[in-house]
Amino acid sequence: MAVPSAAVQPRSSILSRSLSALSESRNALGFGFMLPAAALLLVFLTYPLGLGVWLGFTDTRIGRPGIFIGIENYQYLWDDAVFWLSVFNTLLYTISASILKFVLGLWLALILNQNLPFKSFFRAIVLLPWVVPTVLSAIAFWWIYDSQFSILSWALMEMGLIDHRINFLGDPENARASVIAANVWRGIPFVAITLLAGLQTIPQSLYEAATLDGASRWQLFRYVTLPLLTPIIAITMTFSVLFTFTDFQLIYVLTRGGPVNATHLMATLSFQRGISGGQLGEGAAIAVAMIPFLLAAILFSYFGLQRRKWQQGGGD
Amino acid sequence: MAEIKSAATRKTKRPELDEGGMGYLQSLPRRVVTVYLPLLVFVIVLLFPFYWMTITAVKPNLEMTDYANFNPFWVVHPTFEHIRYLLFDTSYPGWLLNTIIISTAATFLSLLASVFAAYAIERLRFSGARQVGLAVFLAYLVPPSILFIPLSVMVFNLGLYDTPFALILTYPTFLVPFCTWLLMGYFRSIPFELEECALIDGASRWQILTKIVLPLSVPGLISAGIFAFTLSWNEFIYALTFIQSSENKTVPVGVLTELVRSDVYEWGALMAGALIGSLPVVVLYSFFVEHYVSSMTGAVKE
Repeated sequence: MAVPSAAVQPRSSILSRSLSALSESRNALGFGFMLPAAALLLVFLTYPLGLGVWLGFTDTRIGRPGIFIGIENYQYLWDDAVFWLSVFNTLLYTISASILKFVLGLWLALILNQNLPFKSFFRAIVLLPWVVPTVLSAIAFWWIYDSQFSILSWALMEMGLIDHRINFLGDPENARASVIAANVWRGIPFVAITLLAGLQTIPQSLYEAATLDGASRWQLFRYVTLPLLTPIIAITMTFSVLFTFTDFQLIYVLTRGGPVNATHLMATLSFQRGISGGQLGEGAAIAVAMIPFLLAAILFSYFGLQRRKWQQGGGD
Repeated sequence: MAEIKSAATRKTKRPELDEGGMGYLQSLPRRVVTVYLPLLVFVIVLLFPFYWMTITAVKPNLEMTDYANFNPFWVVHPTFEHIRYLLFDTSYPGWLLNTIIISTAATFLSLLASVFAAYAIERLRFSGARQVGLAVFLAYLVPPSILFIPLSVMVFNLGLYDTPFALILTYPTFLVPFCTWLLMGYFRSIPFELEECALIDGASRWQILTKIVLPLSVPGLISAGIFAFTLSWNEFIYALTFIQSSENKTVPVGVLTELVRSDVYEWGALMAGALIGSLPVVVLYSFFVEHYVSSMTGAVKE
């Protein structure tokens, strides 16, 4: 009786020991824990990213697998005026909307950082434009910008500021300004609330010390607030620029790229050529052409605006 | 990271006395011009589209287009005709149901994957954990606008085209990086000592995760869940590309593509659709607004 049990005993303990060794091993356990997330991301993010680059070198259409055609798509786009117009539009849209979002968002954050009655109430309602689905708020803007029944035109006419209705989305210049305004409207809350969080980490004692030293209000802002806020400004604006650059929904709802491609962004052009037009290869090439710009934006904010040594408490 | 934590504690522990800072140095007229007036303008501009949405949703068609006899800013005879039309004569309820199912499923899937990933990166510290953490962050920076074309090819080849699974499986591409990053921040705030005690008492890693770390990070899980749910609810480009048939659409896509017919714009129904489609997210968010703000700012500060 004792023999088999003695034989079984070590084997099971070896098994359990190796099992427990496995569960104690950080690498094995880490691998196991990472598996679900890694599988999802590798299959639905990394692989499509590579596939997108590959599609950009093929003439794939919807319903027909393509063959490798080298850089023909890119050569075609290089000579395509509409593509360059979309690049220009995207840059104009991103730069002007980001600057406006930053200035207005910072202003709103500074206001909300004051000692206000109903502080948390204001913070909550200010975030609303950011929480609501973009497409749905864009539909509201579509109605606000209506060529015939625009409430803005009506109000301005009632006030006697203009004498005829504004053609918000029908005229190229107006359309650009209108979509930028709608984007800024949606983006202000995000910038304001994140910068507000940054403002709240600045100790009051610094302001008190600077005031005792005779600093004016502008100097307080310029030499205390702004330097201490720079790191969070960098992160916030990087995100803001990335999301504005790759924006699709707002344009798709308001103008679909019109009038005469004046508001086509690279993302909407990529959708129009790739999905609506069925030229998957060309659409993918346009999407890939966005990557260098995104990388440039990330690197710029990383190297240009990262924490200086003195902000971390070190010497200069 | 240390300065962030100390900043966070400073924020919560700051005495009431300090709350106003040096605000008392400002006179009231000055405050009106520099603070209250701009704030009023900001609030009016930020909220006006919602007011306009609501007022249009309950306005009879006659009043909506007759600006000469009716002040457009107000409604004389409110009507529920548009909302009735939306709920009973269109596929809107179906879109709502689709959106709820897809958002919930994508959120659970992403949270499940993110909890394990965040714990592994933050606490197991396997070799290469730092690099993996960075890769997760970079994954968050990959925008859907450059993924939708290759993903549509994949979705089609996998036979998922025009099914809810196309969206449930692709939404995690932006949810998992975000939730993982957010949860990593939460796990980091849980003291190591708790885990060491548990290890000495003979707890396995699994027990530590389920009995110590997860109960302590419920607020983080809630905010990650709300975030993920909101992001999936708002998603547009994948839903537009991967879904074809009307009955499978989500609210944002359905409202835009099905309620807009050639030239007759049903503005009342459109606004009602936009309003009702926004409500769930707004309600959810208003319950957890504090979590929301703190986690958003926390996530950004990382």
